[in-house]
Amino acid sequence: MIRISDLHKKFRDNEVLRGVDLSIQKGETIVIIGRSGCGKSVLLKHIIGILKPDTGRIVVDGEEITRFEAEEMYEIRKKFGMLFQGSALFDSLTVEENVGLGLREHTNLSKPEIQEIVQEKLSWVGLSGIENLKPAQLSGGMKKRVGLARAIAMEPECILYDEPTTGLDPIMADVINHLIIDMRNKLKVTSIAVTHDMVAAYKIADRIAMLYEGKIIFTGTPEETKNTTNPIVRQFIEGRGEGPIKAV
Amino acid sequence: MNLVRENPLVFIGKKSLTLVRDVGGVSLFIKDIIKTFPRGISRTHLVTEQMLYIGVNSIPLVILTSLFTGAVTSVQAAYQFSDLLSMRYLGSAVAKAILIELGPVLTAVVIAGRVGAGMAAELGTMKVTEQIDALESLAISPIRYLAFPRVLAGFIMVPLLTIIANFIAIVGGLFVASSFLNVSSHTFLTSFKLFFKMTDLTAGLLKSFVFGTIITTISCYQGFRTEGGAEGVGKATTRAVVVSIVLILVADYFVASVVFGTG
Repeated sequence: MIRISDLHKKFRDNEVLRGVDLSIQKGETIVIIGRSGCGKSVLLKHIIGILKPDTGRIVVDGEEITRFEAEEMYEIRKKFGMLFQGSALFDSLTVEENVGLGLREHTNLSKPEIQEIVQEKLSWVGLSGIENLKPAQLSGGMKKRVGLARAIAMEPECILYDEPTTGLDPIMADVINHLIIDMRNKLKVTSIAVTHDMVAAYKIADRIAMLYEGKIIFTGTPEETKNTTNPIVRQFIEGRGEGPIKAV
Repeated sequence: MNLVRENPLVFIGKKSLTLVRDVGGVSLFIKDIIKTFPRGISRTHLVTEQMLYIGVNSIPLVILTSLFTGAVTSVQAAYQFSDLLSMRYLGSAVAKAILIELGPVLTAVVIAGRVGAGMAAELGTMKVTEQIDALESLAISPIRYLAFPRVLAGFIMVPLLTIIANFIAIVGGLFVASSFLNVSSHTFLTSFKLFFKMTDLTAGLLKSFVFGTIITTISCYQGFRTEGGAEGVGKATTRAVVVSIVLILVADYFVASVVFGTG
């Protein structure tokens, strides 16, 4: 379980997180929605310890990771996998090397064993036979799926998705949504996704939380989200320019 | 520029703060790299890749630049000798200038331009495309995986390149002296051998170890702290080259002072 309490983060004069409180249960899929630039990705990077908060606490399975030194943090990160917005595949490595990098660095598995796991994970995301290609030779949707294969290669307990469907055509976005649901069912993982794509949010979420002005202002099931009377959430899910959220 | 004219004190204050922040940042970066030792050394394939990139791939450029460096040193030393000294001493003067100063410094400057810029651009691009964050998310230290192999490879390969540069530059100087300056090869080499001291070679090599470390450390640091998109990568690349060259020249003075004394 992950518990985030009163999390604050400032970049120069820009206070992005202003007291985020959120609890995530083991095995659930929570989708954090919010406008572009509202701090959703920053929140994800705090959960995995890439960013350190100014104040506040993040507790993962009873351990307060916000107090951890760099070396301790590397151990905790083995519980997580992360799919980045732009996939963040390593340009200089092949698909096989990208997906197998974590296994190569953290396990004593032989090369054939790693190859077997990589092939299995690539088949899960529907991309068999592309092991020797470089990221530059892949389409946007393929990159996302390779990024997902890399995130699940070590079979983590929790997968973080940063804008998993952004920049994809609707059909590929649906393929990614189904993969996220498949991963939850196959691996029984906790999933945390940030997005502003409401189609994706309704499809994959057990629970939806909205981040607005640096705080979580709403949490509820997809059904509760659709029926909420909160004017800020309503404006966002209906995609209206008029309302309490100023279109700056 | 406006800030300089409007309020010079604020300008100086801001620049000083930036300098202090950068010195602190580089110091912590060096500490992190040192902490990686000796575990980082186990990734031999990463170090080998960087040794190939920094060292082997730079050999043609180093040969070309050092050949002309030796040639011009011979021509200019002969011009300075013309009314003062016998040309018999040309070999010694050229060799000492190359071994102590020109070989290590010019090799380092060439490597800063070729390797430092490439390194900062590569790591800067990795930073802005979240590839460095992706390494962190895989529980892999970017310092251990990216910076340490580069710094170690620079520490090893820049001195080796300097040895090649020294040899080629002396050959270039010898060729020009014997072909155009009426100094025979025998006279040139006899003078070189007669006045050669081992300190000439070791001082130059000591400098090249320091320069190799400076280039790779500064380039990695600039790459890791890149912000923004393509513009940020461009700025990081420029800073990596400029700061490396300035520090090479500053370190040159200090190493020379330590080895030869200032008195």
